[in-house]
Amino acid sequence: MPQPVNAELGQVSELFMLLASIAYVAALIFFVLDLVRSSTTIGSLESRLAREKATPALAGIGARGGSTSTAAPTGPATADDSMDYGSGPRRGAARIAVALTVLAAVIHGAAVITRGVAANRVPWGNMYEFCTTGAFLVAAIFLVTLTRKDLRFVGSFVVGLVVVMLCAATVGFPTPVARLIPALQSYWLIVHVSIAVASSALFTITFAMSVLQLLQSSREAKLLAGKADSARFLRLVPSALSLENLAYRLNAIAFVGWTFTLMAGAIWAEQAWGRYWGWDTKEVWTFVIWTVYAGYLHARATRGWTGTRAAWLSIVGYLCIVFNFTIVNIYFSGLHSYSGV
Amino acid sequence: MKQDVTQDTRDRPGASTARSDVVLPSLGFLGTLRWAWTQLTSMRTALFLLLLLAVAAVPGSLFPQRPANPAVVTQYIEDNPDTGPVLDWFQLFDVYSSVWFSAIYLLLFVSLIGCVIPRAIAHFRAVRSTPPRTPKRLSRLPVHGTFDVPADQAHRSGLTPAAAAEQAAAVLRKRGYRVDVRDADTDHPSVGAERGLAKELGNLVFHTSLIGVLVSVAVGGLFGYNGQKVVVEGDSFVNTLIGYDSFNPGSNFSDDRLEPYSLRLDSFDVRFDRDQESHYGQPLDFTAEVTTQDGPGAAEESQVLKVNAPITIGGTNVYLVGNGYAPVVTVRDGEGNIASQGPVVSVPSDGLYTSLIVIKAPDAKPDQLGFVGFFLPTAFVDEQGVSFSRDPDPFNPQLNLNSYYGDLGLDDGTPENVYVLDTENLTELNSRTSDDGGIVLGVGQSYDLPEGKGSVTFDGLKRYVALDIHHDPGEVGALVFSTLALLGLTASLFIGRRRLWVRTAEHPDGRLMVEYGLLARGEDHRLPAEGQAVEKLLMDRWLVPDSGTGENKVPEAASSAAGTGQSHHNSKDN
Ligand code: HEM
Repeated sequence: MPQPVNAELGQVSELFMLLASIAYVAALIFFVLDLVRSSTTIGSLESRLAREKATPALAGIGARGGSTSTAAPTGPATADDSMDYGSGPRRGAARIAVALTVLAAVIHGAAVITRGVAANRVPWGNMYEFCTTGAFLVAAIFLVTLTRKDLRFVGSFVVGLVVVMLCAATVGFPTPVARLIPALQSYWLIVHVSIAVASSALFTITFAMSVLQLLQSSREAKLLAGKADSARFLRLVPSALSLENLAYRLNAIAFVGWTFTLMAGAIWAEQAWGRYWGWDTKEVWTFVIWTVYAGYLHARATRGWTGTRAAWLSIVGYLCIVFNFTIVNIYFSGLHSYSGV
Repeated sequence: MKQDVTQDTRDRPGASTARSDVVLPSLGFLGTLRWAWTQLTSMRTALFLLLLLAVAAVPGSLFPQRPANPAVVTQYIEDNPDTGPVLDWFQLFDVYSSVWFSAIYLLLFVSLIGCVIPRAIAHFRAVRSTPPRTPKRLSRLPVHGTFDVPADQAHRSGLTPAAAAEQAAAVLRKRGYRVDVRDADTDHPSVGAERGLAKELGNLVFHTSLIGVLVSVAVGGLFGYNGQKVVVEGDSFVNTLIGYDSFNPGSNFSDDRLEPYSLRLDSFDVRFDRDQESHYGQPLDFTAEVTTQDGPGAAEESQVLKVNAPITIGGTNVYLVGNGYAPVVTVRDGEGNIASQGPVVSVPSDGLYTSLIVIKAPDAKPDQLGFVGFFLPTAFVDEQGVSFSRDPDPFNPQLNLNSYYGDLGLDDGTPENVYVLDTENLTELNSRTSDDGGIVLGVGQSYDLPEGKGSVTFDGLKRYVALDIHHDPGEVGALVFSTLALLGLTASLFIGRRRLWVRTAEHPDGRLMVEYGLLARGEDHRLPAEGQAVEKLLMDRWLVPDSGTGENKVPEAASSAAGTGQSHHNSKDN
């Protein structure tokens, strides 16, 4: 029997959510500013260098080789393929952006926790909560990764997505705190949904990296062909190969998480509906996503399928996740249609 | 990776695949078979089939599926007379048992078996063989390094190249490597070491377990059964074929598999949210108190059945999947006799339990009687005079009925849906649109039908539960194999498979020279760290002062740690 809820605390949580959104928007502005500024700096630096040396700059392209052979930096202000900090010029705007993201994430975390306390349960029981808690995990995972690798180049994407998720939650699915309907009263909600949201957050980051990888590899091809550099901001981004390798590592973790999500979902379904698998719409899409990423992992080990094709599979997998979370939750009927929409 | 390479060299040439088409006749029957088998078990085919499976699964979420919603499918085909039958021909309403979907996954699993067996054999050999021979030039490996032990130190501890190789092997063995010391009697003894064979093992376990999951699902489909039963408060269910409202046997079902346990619904309690305006009336709790008996004459046992908490009994699990109201209704016929009496299950159509109800009285004389209408737990009339329910709890229960007489069509033996009244051959007695209006009954009220056809009385109200009863002997297998798959997958993705070699030699000036190199299978970002860790272990072992002679410099933090380790080893070894 669920405990009563605390509506006032719920409102406090909503206020925090709003404050966090504002801080994220500010962070987003600085991330974009960083991209713009860095690419103009690089641009001017480069044209000067080009005038001085009159040699085509191939900077920003790591050697295509094993991850252990680190290519020496071949030009000015390029992202290090190891994605470690310390190379390249200081990026003031990016620092402010990260600081703001940390601030936003702290407020956001407070919002998520107060929501959970107000509702007397885990804060992921309806679409509003999936979005807000999911957005928090995206931000948190991004910040945790930042402590180890310099991934600030995906900052605008990640923070932009967090802003979109928060807007979707508050505008699209506003839901005051409430107790759970009987169908959701199970500890499998805690296990199944949390891992699903965490894996999706990881897939979000790898999606961004795969998109960048495609852009970067077409830019690399262009540069190698001696054409002009049309996307200077990609200077901030490591080579396509190192993007691919890091995305692979993160995707591997997320895939294990997704496999677990699928299994935990099956166990819960067995407990709630009497069968562990019944091709319910939501189950179908979870399976499709799993299969696509299994395909991605295979592609990485199949000659001719690494690189660009694998990146496309990672992107398709993520689009399926988005589809599953939005269209399927909202428009498809099925046993899972209790997301509070 | 290596696997993939060999696979690929077999089927690799995209062009020569086409070419071998031309050569086919000379391959002969067996040759063709072998060629097809190689194609099917290639990595590229596996990838293609996997992606095809993902695509093939999608239509099942776009069209209603027979196993889940047979009635919706029938309706869909009726509503779309042009496309419906075509879609049906393509089995788009039975996607997951369709010929094409089955073909894809069966091919995938044949490919999987064809892939796993040779790899398992190869892995078995690899486990039993010694680590690979030491390459001539370790400096060619992606991670490598050298360092030396000063002459006096080497001399003091009697560290010959052969002894050093033995000791290096011991250090590596402790770190989880399989080791092999070779050329111990030469000037250049070396150690070959390998670890992470569990990576491949994990991969094999993962793929094999997928077969196990599939087999478990098949076992459930063959030997399992499931059925549905609606039980009104006070009534019982007995686990026999006739006890069920609907029953779906697996293909190998026989009814001696049913254990004749029984289950009585003593009471059913429902709690709705009353504290919160935004969620007023949302369900909070459904609890069914039941009494079970393992068989005729067995002891009775009280149990609680809730959503998400099934009861296990007689090899089955019993689930609470629905509930609603069963108004108790008495129908008297034109001759004044009771034609039907008892609770009638109504079907809720919304969260406020506005329920559809159908009452049939085939025993009524001279004419059979039928009623269709609504049951409203808390009836309320809006401005237009339409009744609706305002609350899921029975604060003002009301029946709104239309009545019919004539032939209900129950006598010709065709199966009949108890929740539907076919009014085609019936004559309407009264309804909401007729002059004297429809039948509106509160609890305890009666209504006399026009033309002296009889009467209907709303005696009282009970609740009912809808139960799903499942028996699936494959369930445990599916759980075990999927858990194994998860473990195997984790091992396969996160264990690094590495080879490492150490070669030792004595410099003419008496120093002991140590050279090492590492090689990973596939991409391995942790390989340099492993190289450094092993170098540090060896240096600790042989007390090398950190003078930075090595090609791979030991990082600051590590060298200070080495400092503390020195005395430790000192006291231990000497
Ligand atoms: C039901 C179908 C299959 C599924 C769901 C599946 C799934 C996966 C997954 C998730 C991985 C990555 C994790 C790991 O390395 O263990 C993997 C790896 C692998 N699979 Fe499969 N697989 C399937 C069928 C096949 C088939 C038919 C083959 C053989 C042609 C195959 C060969 C491989 C190989 C060689 C690897 C290792 C790749 C590497 O070295 O990274 N798989 N598979």
